[in-house]
Amino acid sequence: MKQVLAGIALVLAALVGTVEADEYPDRPIMLMVSYGAGGATDFQARIVTMTAGNEDALGVPIAIINKPGAGGRVGWNWFATEAEADGYTLAAYNIPHFVAQSIKGGVEYSKDSFEPIANWGADPAVFIVGKDSPFSSMMDVIAWAEENPGKLTFSGAGLFVGHHIAALQIEKAAGVTMQYVPTKGGGAAAMKAVIAGDVMAGINNLSDAYRAREAGNIKILAVADIQRNEEFLPDVPTMMEEGLDVDNSSVNFRGIMVPKGTSDAIIEKLAAIVPEMFMNSRVLGKMAAGGSPVHVMNREEVLAMWEERDAYLRELLKDL
Amino acid sequence: MEFLTYFGDVFTVPAMLLLIGGTIGGLILGATPGLSPTMAVALLIPFTFQLEAVHGLILLGAAYTSTVAGGAVSAILLKIPGAPANIATTLDGYEMARRGQGARALQLAFLASLVGGLIGVALLIFLTPVLAEWALAFGPSELFWLAILGVTIIGSLGTSSVVKGLLSGCIGLWLATVGFDDILGVQRFVFHSSLSGGISIVPALIGLFAIPQVIAMFADGRSSSSIEAISVERHPLSRAFRELLSRSRAVVIGTVSGSVIGLIPGIGGQIAGLVAYDQARKVSPERDKFGTGHPEGIIAAESANNAMVGPSLVPLLTLSIPGSPTAAVLLGGLLIHGIFPGTDLFDNHPHVAWPFINSMLIGQILMCVFGLYVASLAARVALVPKSIMAPIVLGLAVFGSYSVQHSMGDVYVMAALGTMMYFLERFGFSAAPLVLGLILGPIAESNFIQGSLIAEATVGSFAYFFGGALNLLLIAIVVASVGYSLYAELRARRAGNAERGTP
Repeated sequence: MKQVLAGIALVLAALVGTVEADEYPDRPIMLMVSYGAGGATDFQARIVTMTAGNEDALGVPIAIINKPGAGGRVGWNWFATEAEADGYTLAAYNIPHFVAQSIKGGVEYSKDSFEPIANWGADPAVFIVGKDSPFSSMMDVIAWAEENPGKLTFSGAGLFVGHHIAALQIEKAAGVTMQYVPTKGGGAAAMKAVIAGDVMAGINNLSDAYRAREAGNIKILAVADIQRNEEFLPDVPTMMEEGLDVDNSSVNFRGIMVPKGTSDAIIEKLAAIVPEMFMNSRVLGKMAAGGSPVHVMNREEVLAMWEERDAYLRELLKDL
Repeated sequence: MEFLTYFGDVFTVPAMLLLIGGTIGGLILGATPGLSPTMAVALLIPFTFQLEAVHGLILLGAAYTSTVAGGAVSAILLKIPGAPANIATTLDGYEMARRGQGARALQLAFLASLVGGLIGVALLIFLTPVLAEWALAFGPSELFWLAILGVTIIGSLGTSSVVKGLLSGCIGLWLATVGFDDILGVQRFVFHSSLSGGISIVPALIGLFAIPQVIAMFADGRSSSSIEAISVERHPLSRAFRELLSRSRAVVIGTVSGSVIGLIPGIGGQIAGLVAYDQARKVSPERDKFGTGHPEGIIAAESANNAMVGPSLVPLLTLSIPGSPTAAVLLGGLLIHGIFPGTDLFDNHPHVAWPFINSMLIGQILMCVFGLYVASLAARVALVPKSIMAPIVLGLAVFGSYSVQHSMGDVYVMAALGTMMYFLERFGFSAAPLVLGLILGPIAESNFIQGSLIAEATVGSFAYFFGGALNLLLIAIVVASVGYSLYAELRARRAGNAERGTP
């Protein structure tokens, strides 16, 4: 009996070995999102993975699991330390959030804890004011801030997220001090503060700001990216056009990654299929309908982007 | 009256089927510990990908309405509040169920939910533009004072002693500071990785309310279970109707507080039930009976938490600002169909917005009908012997805590808090003020810090927190609330002394 069992175990072990290489994936895959259900990252992750079960994609469905908390740290800590590197556990990343958090410390991950697969979206930060605000360009804002140092209040979603990075860059570029007011509860709370007039201005996601402008609640003064967003906001200038030396470092890149230690065969397979999956016409249609900018990048491009952000953020956050 | 013209869209075959399916499913999900309305709606989002926009929203709206009401089932029968909205329902509901009056408690809960829910949705239909301005009037300073108002309730909630109530409220406030703070960017009291995200509210609710019950049941052992067997009273529906009418004061207080508080983004849904419960008790001549199985407690709490559903959507539908986690998920459901909520939603997409709101009206009625149908059956849970009940509740508690974010850490938190609460209860502390502290702590703190940041840059702290009509009004209510509690306490003590004085 023992020999039979040992034999079965051997055969199974051999099977598992080959399955991992050739027949991956053969069961549903989990995608961990480190923000709550209903947020922009969760919402977009659900859209871009909805065609995973198609024959020309992975052939198995992807299920979203939310592990929110502490601005994403809870989910990414879990992913770096406890997630199995078997290719069935993926996670969504947000750049610059997790890189900035790892630089500030207190977390168990860095950019080297993860292996990127592909990028699906890029949501630039934009500078917004209420619809009745006297400010109608970044010049107005900076001029006011120069006359009233530290008195201009502007909201954003928390510390060491894209919004905060953009805020730091604007202050540095213009050489002024303003009062950044981080909110609890993500971009929606920061948006509410601007619409309600609790603060004078704010930094928010392009996608949310675009919708709020469509609804007639805010004005968008500038976008923190290297070029204008032709799809949603062709009339809004970049920070550079407004004379502020602010690049795309605060752009919120979203994509899929796996834990370090996942086998190269699986990473290669995912890296080949996943970008195609993002380009599915149904996915693109739903993303456009929701006002979510799509920006597909392959694994090599993402690796380079992570490297570049890490170096830049170390420099920017050094003095904080 | 524009909404009437779109009622036809709700009474089509697919819409009605989705409405009925969503309502029944929502009741079941809501009655399952750990599945909050937010999660139930999030679970349904993928199904709406395949549906037309209006049908998808009808499904989500029906699920939202009925999960809030369904939470009353586990709150009353198992003493597990499914979501913060149902905390106040446990205080009297479970006591009634224990006396065999589970059917009566459930019937009152669903009828009160119906009244509150219908009025809440009616407010959404008729007063949306006015209410939107009201919702925006609450900035950091106002939300801070509102949270302080909540704190003043703590002392008098669910316990005989004000001091012990305040003490357990303080424990809750302290527990609320655990975790990584988004605004200050520092870690506090994190000595285990399970705590890095702070203490999630649902596992805490389950642990604090259900686990002491389970331990008590185990401690009683098998011997006493046969003695305790109680009979479950049958309760005709007509009596429940008459009872609701005769306790109209509680209905009015619950509905009004629920609708007003439900509007306020970020705070409403969590405390509407508790505030309504507290107000109803303060004005009731039978206030001593609250907490011992008094129907008015259930009526106030349940009418409030369903009244909040309609107004809580006002900021979402008019300003595109989700006022609650559930509203955030609903926003996703709208966006996926290319519908941007905003001031012009009702002009641009009337064929989606109005049937959605109408379906919530119909959904409230369906929820009540199905709820009443199961009430008498569900009440028989009280007949299950304790030796069987304890492991079932324990299993549900573990399942519920784990399912929130697929995390064993939450299960440990639930177990630890529950065990702690068992011992605290033996010394006369109670769970409700502790939970209220846990909910209000972050609201008070983050709004105070935000308010201070804004105040320093602008008008200064004193002018910011003590200026403006709404701030002053809230401060006045806080003072009145504290004053009333002191007065009631003193009067009770004097009455107690007088009684003891006469031999």
